[in-house]
Amino acid sequence: MSKYTVAVLVRNQSGVLNRVTSLFRRRQFNISALTVSETESSELSRITVVFEGEEDYKQQLVNQLYKLPDVCSIKEFNSDNSISCELLLIKLVNDPDTRDEIRTASEAFGAVVVDYSKESIMLRLTDESHKIDDFINLMRDYTILEICRTGSVSLEKGGNTIRQMINF
Amino acid sequence: MRLTGSDILVRTLIEQGCDTVFGYPGGQILHVYDSLYKYQDEIHHVLTAHEQGAAHAADGYARTTGRVGVVIATSGPGATNLVTGIATAHLDSIPMVAICGNVPTNQIGTDSFQEVDITGVTLPITKHNYFVGDVGELADVVREAFTLAQSGRPGPVLIDIPKDVQMAVGDYAPAAPVQPISPQPAKEVRIQEAAKIITSARRPYIYFGGGVVSAGAGEELLALAERIDAPLGCSMMGLSVLPTDHPRFLGMQGMHGHLASTKAMSGADLILALGVRFNDRATGNRAKFSHGADIIHIDVDGSELAKNIGVTCGLRGDLKETLRGLLDILPAARKPAWWEMIATYKEEENANQDTRPGMTPKNVLERLNAHLEADTPVATDVGQHQMWSAQYLNFKTPRRFVSSGGLGTMGFGMGAAMGAAFGTGKRSVLITGDGSFGMSLQELATAVTYQIPMVILIFNNGVLGMVRQWQTLFFEKHYSATVLGRKTDFVALAKAFGAWGEKVDCLEDLDGALSRAFDASGPYVLDCKIDADELVLPMLPPGGSMDDLIMKVEGKI
Ligand SMILES: Cc1ncc(C[n+]2csc(CCOP(=O)(O)OP(=O)(O)O)c2C)c(N)n1
Ligand SMILES: [Mg+2]
Repeated sequence: MSKYTVAVLVRNQSGVLNRVTSLFRRRQFNISALTVSETESSELSRITVVFEGEEDYKQQLVNQLYKLPDVCSIKEFNSDNSISCELLLIKLVNDPDTRDEIRTASEAFGAVVVDYSKESIMLRLTDESHKIDDFINLMRDYTILEICRTGSVSLEKGGNTIRQMINF
Repeated sequence: MRLTGSDILVRTLIEQGCDTVFGYPGGQILHVYDSLYKYQDEIHHVLTAHEQGAAHAADGYARTTGRVGVVIATSGPGATNLVTGIATAHLDSIPMVAICGNVPTNQIGTDSFQEVDITGVTLPITKHNYFVGDVGELADVVREAFTLAQSGRPGPVLIDIPKDVQMAVGDYAPAAPVQPISPQPAKEVRIQEAAKIITSARRPYIYFGGGVVSAGAGEELLALAERIDAPLGCSMMGLSVLPTDHPRFLGMQGMHGHLASTKAMSGADLILALGVRFNDRATGNRAKFSHGADIIHIDVDGSELAKNIGVTCGLRGDLKETLRGLLDILPAARKPAWWEMIATYKEEENANQDTRPGMTPKNVLERLNAHLEADTPVATDVGQHQMWSAQYLNFKTPRRFVSSGGLGTMGFGMGAAMGAAFGTGKRSVLITGDGSFGMSLQELATAVTYQIPMVILIFNNGVLGMVRQWQTLFFEKHYSATVLGRKTDFVALAKAFGAWGEKVDCLEDLDGALSRAFDASGPYVLDCKIDADELVLPMLPPGGSMDDLIMKVEGKI
């Protein structure tokens, strides 16, 4: 089993996300992160999927994705060829005994305080997914109230773009 | 010009060259039926007894003509009745456009009367589907659907049209029939690579399937076989591409294939697989399948390459063009030693021929062969009778064997044989089983209404023979739910529907009965009694390899 990050550029139409994720469902891939967003063109959306699976199944899935008429182009990412990051919001109990420790850890990770009340502290961190994992693990020593993370987004390094590979 | 959505739909179908549609009306498709009434001189609607029959008819029309088959149904139950027909077309890559009505847009998603999310339901069994929310898009959606259904690897496309969109008025400008997007031939380097492997092979075997049918590449296929001196075998979907009696053709291979064909495939050092997908019914145990042989796989659908079986060289591209590319560079070769081996396979096959007299499946089908014209389309249902048909029928013209391969849909045959008759304008033949016919016999009503010339030959063994065969071989003869024990009188039934029918109990009566059936102006049922214990042999047990081939069972052939 390996972890894969695949970006799928699709026609910006209703139902497209369903078509794409249904291929994952059919192959029994569990999606660990999924983001959908508009792109530089209003006609296209970009779906970034992070999932685990076997290599040949993954390849089969990519081949099948290419067959969807709504799919314009696909790009697979790894840490060598791309920049990936994810956004985390985390809400913790604001306890006077742990407040300083939380602040020190936040500074070390580059997380910023975005909300502060007597009962709670909310932090925001943007980083690679594994860094976010590390940060959350550290915070488990305190009382976590709520976590929300966006899932990873990726872009290829250098001048290449996913649109250059469009095969309409 | 300004037209209603339903008029736009029908005008666009006509514009796309569609002359016949199959379907069944209902509340949410009424407007379309009104337009069909209006344009009835230009487009012929065939009313079936059940939407599933209509879908299979559109499929049979498409399989025999190569054109897009069109089926129309109302919302809800009408649409869900299409599902098996669409799935059948999907698994056999048949170009089809299914059109459904739906409740008005403002009621969508409210569980209103006869509302089903049919685009959701058919998502995994269509190439693509559309929900048309705006009358302005309708004509182009239909054109895109026709393009997609026929392009690359063909398949079914569904269009869901809410009632208000059928009623709304929009602009319509006629356009030319769409052309399928022609896929490129495989890359030159790949063709070179394949040619190199082919040239060094000593025992090449060409294994072809339905992809050759859709690409219309039969001529190139034969030219290739001649050039490299290879024998040919096929999957069930490849049947009728080549004349059955062609000296290079060894017949269908696989689970119930011809012995010589299956043996040649396993004796080959190169398998050239063209437009096939190595279905488990064709390969048996996939791990043991290639037995060290090189495999070159050519398919228009890149996702098929290496999907089921590892290949030495995979070429994605249009089959016809890719084969032409190969023919441009391949030198002629002779393989006398290989043909000596093949001769021994053929001898072994001949030695194992079923030579019993009487109403055996083989004897019945050989009599039938004598009555078939070169271009008579023959449809089957699913079961033992289907495999016997695949083994013993003689074909002379491509697109004449119509059978549900991928989905194995019992109940496919009646609709498919009707569609085949409409598509070709010829008398069609249906070979069915008593079980399968029970799933679709209401379509006799349709065949009578339209006086479709059809010979319906029932292999009446009183059992769900194919399932029972598995119970015989692998479940210690526990005949659970496979003995029909029905009292149905198929001849009386045919007559009740207004068709002709007769019983055939012995081989001596068969020729006369066939002559009467082939002379009739409408559907004619032949209820042929055969033994319940007949088996389809040879048989490669599921998951087995050549070593496990079953040739004979307790004196049964
Ligand atoms: C719709 C459907 N249901 C069940 C099956 C499973 N099945 C495959 S063959 C078969 C028996 C078919 O019986 P019959 O039509 O009498 O043909 P025979 O094998 O006796 O020639 C069955 C039940 C199927 N293929 N399709
Ligand atoms: Mg039967």
